[in-house]
Amino acid sequence: MQDPLMIGGVTLTSRLFIGTGKYSRNTLIPEVITRSGSQVITVALRRVDPESSDNIVSHIPSHMTLLPNTSGARTAEEAVRIARLARSAGLGNWVKIEVINDQKYLLPDNTETIRATEILAAEGFVVLPYMSPDLSAALRLKAAGAAAVMPLGAPIGSNRGLQTKELIRILISETNLPVIVDAGIGRPSEAAEAMEMGAAAVLLNTAIATASDPLLMAEAFRDAVAAGRKAYLAGLGPVEETAAASSPLTGFLA
Amino acid sequence: MSFYDTMTRLEQLPYEALWSRYTAEDVKRALRAERVDEEGLMALLSPAAEPYLEEMAQKAHRLTRTHFGHVMQLFTPMYLADYCVNHCTYCSFSSIYDFPRKKLTLEQVAREAETIAATGLRHILILTGESRNDSPAGYVRDCVNVLRRYFASVSIEVNPLSTAEYAELREAGVDGLTLYQEVYHQETYRALHVKGPKRVYRNRLDAPERGCQAGFRSVNIGALLGMYEWRQEALATALHARYLQDKYPECEIGLSTPRFRPYLGEFNPASDVTDRALVQIILAYRLFLPRSGISLSTREPAALRDHLVQLGITKMSAGVSTEVGGHSLEGGTPQFEISDNRSVNEMAEMLRSQGLQPIFKDWDILSEPLGLR
Repeated sequence: MQDPLMIGGVTLTSRLFIGTGKYSRNTLIPEVITRSGSQVITVALRRVDPESSDNIVSHIPSHMTLLPNTSGARTAEEAVRIARLARSAGLGNWVKIEVINDQKYLLPDNTETIRATEILAAEGFVVLPYMSPDLSAALRLKAAGAAAVMPLGAPIGSNRGLQTKELIRILISETNLPVIVDAGIGRPSEAAEAMEMGAAAVLLNTAIATASDPLLMAEAFRDAVAAGRKAYLAGLGPVEETAAASSPLTGFLA
Repeated sequence: MSFYDTMTRLEQLPYEALWSRYTAEDVKRALRAERVDEEGLMALLSPAAEPYLEEMAQKAHRLTRTHFGHVMQLFTPMYLADYCVNHCTYCSFSSIYDFPRKKLTLEQVAREAETIAATGLRHILILTGESRNDSPAGYVRDCVNVLRRYFASVSIEVNPLSTAEYAELREAGVDGLTLYQEVYHQETYRALHVKGPKRVYRNRLDAPERGCQAGFRSVNIGALLGMYEWRQEALATALHARYLQDKYPECEIGLSTPRFRPYLGEFNPASDVTDRALVQIILAYRLFLPRSGISLSTREPAALRDHLVQLGITKMSAGVSTEVGGHSLEGGTPQFEISDNRSVNEMAEMLRSQGLQPIFKDWDILSEPLGLR
């Protein structure tokens, strides 16, 4: 079944994006990549150290699309500076904009994110903004040149699942952009649910990195994302409140 | 509104009666709570929580791995100058001690930085004694301008400064402020700080807030455990942290748990902070502030540090010297004795053996260097 996801001129066959930040050792990263089948991996520029023998980027196989993120940015200006540093460090022209002004819940600042998106998209970056699922913000991000929007399912690292489901559903139906659910997904069933709803992809890190067996969990998410996507393409049957009667009461009207 | 108002309220509480009021039920309720409130924090610090350390540890461990991952940030302190005008009864840099004082020249700062950076560390915490003549904010700023060539993050632990001075240092590239209140209990504070500007309790208490206002990315606070009753001191520290985090959500508020260590003089701590007490404090901090960084210094012995890495700690110092120029010069006077003398490599190995990734770099200085603006 040919069902590629096109973003920023890149054709992806996997709809599972993964992270790098919470593993017990960097050497797990290539193994997680293999088992998850993922083709896009996000890395915080703040963790990249070209002078280190254990530089995180050196553990990522070259076939992967790197998605540097602006973790730590509190303003649009900081996000822009981090994105430029990432590009000049040779990490490519994709960027996940993450502007967080709130250390208590780690919720993104949509206003600053929109400003950073305008600047970076104009500079030729493929911009994937992490956002709170708000329709008007998503439409502004689209107008600013975002290649996709990445709404949170629940706060980062919370493993609470799709708490914002109804809002994400609206983004999927109204933005006409790839909607990538980022943050909050704790279980494969939740990833499958996001895909069934029509999300273009999911991005997750904590659920794999902090599992007792991260490699097996990577595989579980690979399968769940693929299953959810197939269900979406197949067209889910409508959910009925009551069983469909096998002897219809109005059959005589035929 | 300042945290001073909260301190005033805390000091009016009938402490002895309060701590014995908590029961096992209160502790269990705090353990089940999604968000621990002030009552829950007190239950977790109370004698009633002592039989529940294992349950607290399991939850603290889980919260820490979820929020921070299987990683441990490493850093080291770098002493720039030991001139000091204060007399604090527990510190070797006190003005009453007669030893040859030192202050690094910018060339010496560069040499020290090179030695430290060669160990792989990319985060540095710089310290001075308090002397507006010998180590003013301008001197610290000039040192930062040198250090940013070697490090990805520079934090300061210097005497309290004004908001404007903090802002100037932030622009020079400093991203973190560490400032310990030493002791929150006001009467004890006055007794321990005999002479010098440090006597002004409130100037120190409000300094972390000035750091938040000046825009530092992280502000790290703590009480020097042992100077006064530890339950009260831990309570004040944790409430101070939550006060700052609530008021300045953009800033990462962190906590440290320094325990009193031997030094040049003969001061004896008032409150015996046992290992069990230290563990209870760390766990209570983690459950009360699930996302806050908690640092552990080399004041603690290696064997204990090895156990504490699984209990909520997110930052550790390694390869430490508490002398001015201790990495590349001879003949300094240590501020206090450290207990864990392991090198950066040895610390990294220990962490890996426990399934933790040592993190050497977790930031990039974003401001332009001085002179290029």
